[in-house]
Order: sequence, then structure tokens, then C-alpha cells
Amino acid sequence: MRKFDTKVQHLKYKVLREVARLAWKDQLLENVMDIPKMIVPGKTPTMRCCVYKERAILGERVKIAMGGDTSNPNIIQVIDIACDECPAAGYEVTDSCRGCLAHRCEDVCKRGAISFDHNHVAHIDKTKCVECGQCAKVCPYSAIVNRKRPCQVACKVKAISIDENNAAAIDNEKCIQCGACVYQCPFGAISDKSYILNVIDMIKKSEGNKNYKVYAIVAPAFASQFMHAKVGQAITGMKQLGFHTVIEAALGGDMVAMNESRELVEKVAEKGAMTSSCCPAFVRYIQTAFPELVDFVSHNPSPMVALAKYIKSTDQNSKVVFVGPCTAKKAECQLEGAKDYVDAVLTFEELQALFDSKEIELSELAEDVLDNASYFGRIFARTGGLSDAVAQALKEQNIDFETKPVVCNGIEECRMALLKLSKNPKILGGNFIEGMACLGGCINGAGCLTHGEKNKADVDKYGREAMEKTISDAVSILQNF
Amino acid sequence: MDIQICVGSSCHLKGSAVIIEKMQAAVEKYNLVGKVNLSGSFCMGVCNRMGVTVSVDGEVHTGISPENFSEFFSDHVLAKLNG
Repeated sequence: MRKFDTKVQHLKYKVLREVARLAWKDQLLENVMDIPKMIVPGKTPTMRCCVYKERAILGERVKIAMGGDTSNPNIIQVIDIACDECPAAGYEVTDSCRGCLAHRCEDVCKRGAISFDHNHVAHIDKTKCVECGQCAKVCPYSAIVNRKRPCQVACKVKAISIDENNAAAIDNEKCIQCGACVYQCPFGAISDKSYILNVIDMIKKSEGNKNYKVYAIVAPAFASQFMHAKVGQAITGMKQLGFHTVIEAALGGDMVAMNESRELVEKVAEKGAMTSSCCPAFVRYIQTAFPELVDFVSHNPSPMVALAKYIKSTDQNSKVVFVGPCTAKKAECQLEGAKDYVDAVLTFEELQALFDSKEIELSELAEDVLDNASYFGRIFARTGGLSDAVAQALKEQNIDFETKPVVCNGIEECRMALLKLSKNPKILGGNFIEGMACLGGCINGAGCLTHGEKNKADVDKYGREAMEKTISDAVSILQNF
Repeated sequence: MDIQICVGSSCHLKGSAVIIEKMQAAVEKYNLVGKVNLSGSFCMGVCNRMGVTVSVDGEVHTGISPENFSEFFSDHVLAKLNG
């Protein structure tokens, strides 16, 4: 069964798998130069103009799979030679313009950017156009198209520009590491750096979890990822890879819901509103684009950090690896307050590559169990889930407080809510901003194997299967010590 | 004395929560508060179908259930403390 949405993901996966395969055998350094030729053998190009360019780009992908450019602090990196110099002209009138009489494009353009030549064919004045797209919408011949680059369309925080060589360039000050450009670039020219080698090294040096134990925390979106296998089989697979045990990040979600609900009551009394803190891309967006709102952000650590901290308190001699759908978590784990607890972050794409590097066929494995959290901790993975969990936590603690969530699905909705908050908390229309950078929530994170409608249903179903039905029950085992 | 009760997935599903409650009640009943340090653990690597895993000063015991808890407590906690 096909494991990925696109061929770009598949290519990235093949590189990760080969790098991992050699690393397990301690043969990476001798053979690293041969990986591109292993993936593109022969003389017939399948993706680009010639096999040499294909291999040159694969060489760059190998570097990213091995941790990427260390001089660039951003975990999102452009592979400039893979960037195809897509047309970047914005809205343009094409040959389909019939030179009609109605001129709806002109009527709808509030900037007066459209004029007509002697054949009545429309032209757009680039100095006036603000790229609103209204003209394209009203043209009955669909004669106006947007030639903006897919990466720039994907980047809602406007961190991508075009450099002097016509390649995409990322403004590290603005980038929130959400990975939208990584998933959307049709040529796979933007990638998230991988830390699979750190994880392989960690597992190897643990010598079968004797020297220290390597714990894996899996994000709740896990439930929607392995279509070809059951969750329990993926857990068995992870233990075969060498993880000591696997724990649900959703338990961290339960912990966060409890604390965040109490903080909400205080913060609303003090400042009128609060924002969530579990999505690292959203938190970074506030820090970069709305620094004046930083005090509104919940002080709670993310579920990943909350749980990793707890694991390290139960076992001082341990390493913690987070596995999730998120590229921004790779940046989060390097921050103060997180780096002491989370030793590495993998995406689901990378986990799949690790399975296959060891020839672990999930569908043939026995089922292990994964059950640490409640329904509410598990639904953090989708938009609206965190708000539901916070309301539930208040109810369970008998706190009389009405949460009025402003559920922001995707960074654009986050921006709207933050703009209102920056003007006046009273016009926000709520008291709790749930910010998720990815549309649909973590289940559509850039590091997912699959992105789709079905994922939400999978996560909800998985949530209902949790043994603990309430947040209090799930966290009680931790609070009892 | 350090007692760790496993709260990993397998033990959680077999009732870690009940064992924790019983352990706390027993510690109080025998006036061991302060003498016994209770904590949690995520997996000691000996998951089985019988029950919960508990370690007493590093010595791992598996298959603890509500039914055999009293026996376990007197044999491996009280006996050790008194012995």
C-alpha cells in the first residue's frame, strides 16, 4: 500500500532510509557518496533534465538527512539547486483573454490596476496590483492566473522571498518552522533537517537500553498515520527499532489541559484573555509577529515537554525522543526549557524510513498496547480538541468558569485573532485563543505520511478507545506520587 | 525504601491505578510514610498478561494484582523493612 501523499515525500523517504540503513551498520561515512547513485541508477533521468542533476540534488538531500547545514540555525532549509525557479510574477493575464466588452476585471479592481489595449485585451499594472485575486475570480474565461510560487502561497507568514538567483529564500526571523512550504513545494526544494542519525546513535549507544533507556513519546496524530498497519503493530515496531518503551504525548496533553484551565481563569481575570502554548509554530508566530502579545501566552510547556520532563523525573538515566507530525517541534526541542528534557525529534516520515531501514514490516508484527491518556488528551491532535479539553478540565475540577474559545484553524485564523487581541481583548469575541499553525491541527502537520479528511475521524475514534474517559483519571496516576 | 509502580501502557491497562491506591493505603496503614518513597515508572521491560510490575529497591516483581497485593506487600515490603 502507498505510504505517502506525494512522490516528493517518497524521494525524501528513500534518502532517509538509505542513510539510516548505512548508519545502523556503521558504514555511512564510507558509502555516503554512493547514495544518490543507489537511488537513481542508470542513465535515464526520471525527474529532472539529466541523471547528474538528479544525483546532485539527491546529494543535497543526503546532507539534510544527516542534519543539514549547521551554519544555518533554521531547521527548514532550501535546496537551492532543486528550486526550479517557478514563475513568480503573481497575477497575469493569459492568452485566454478574449478582449470582451464587459470588463468585469476592471470593475472589480479597487486599485485601478487594469487597463486595456487597442484589442480590448486586459493588462495588469504591477505597480498598482496588490494580488487580491478578485479579477481572476470574476473573469468568465478564467483568463487571469496567479503565478505566485507554491512555496510563497503556502507560507502564510510571508517568510519566503525570491533571491537574486531566482531561488526561494527563507527569512529566518519570520519563519515559524510550520513546514507548510516543505509539504507544498512541488519539487521538494525545501526540506526540514533530519536528526535520524542522532536517534540511531542514541539507540546504538544504549546497547539494548542497558546503558540508559531511550523512551519514545508519540503524538496523538500517530493514530491516523500507519494505514497499512495497526497502532499496536507500530508500537511493536518501535520497540524492535530499539526504543525501551513508547508513551502517548496525549498524556502530556491531559497534564497541560489541567494546568492550562487553571491558568486560564487567572489570566482572564488579569488580562482578559489567554492564548494556548502547545503549538510551537503558533508560539513562535506570536513572538515574531506580535511580540507585544507575549504576555498573553500560557506559561504551560507543550504536552511534549510536560511529559518528557515527567519521564526524566522517573528515570534520571534516560533519553527522550518525540515522534510526531511536526517540523516546528524540531526547533522547539532546541529551546531553553525544552532541550534538557527532549533529546531529539522525529517526524512520522522519518519513523517510517527507520522502520524500513531495518526491514521491519509493521503489518506482520504482533500488536502491542498504547494507552496512557484520556480521550481529551488524544484529541489535541485536531483543531478544537484543546479547547474541548480545557473546558472539560474546568468541569472536572468543579471550577465555575465559562471558556469562550476562539478556535484558530491554521495560521491565517491565528493572525486574525491576534490582530483583534492586539487592538483590545474585548473585541476578540472570546477569552481563549486556541492557535494551531496547521489547517485541521497537528493531523495535517508537514511531517505526516498522509494528510486528509480521514485523519480527523481516525484520531477521534482512537480518542474514544482510551481506557480513561476523563482527564482527572488519566493524570491521577501521576499526581499520586 | 524506593518503590516504583509501572504506569506504562501495558500495566496501565491492567490496573496500575488500583495498585497505586492500595499501595498508598498500605503505606499509611503500617505507618511507613517517610520510610517508603513511592514513584512511577514507564515500563520496566517485563510486560506480561498477569498484572502490574512493581520494583522494590530495584528488585522487579511482576503480575501484581488487587487479589495478590496483600501477599506481595507483606512478603516483599514489610518483610524487607523488618528484616
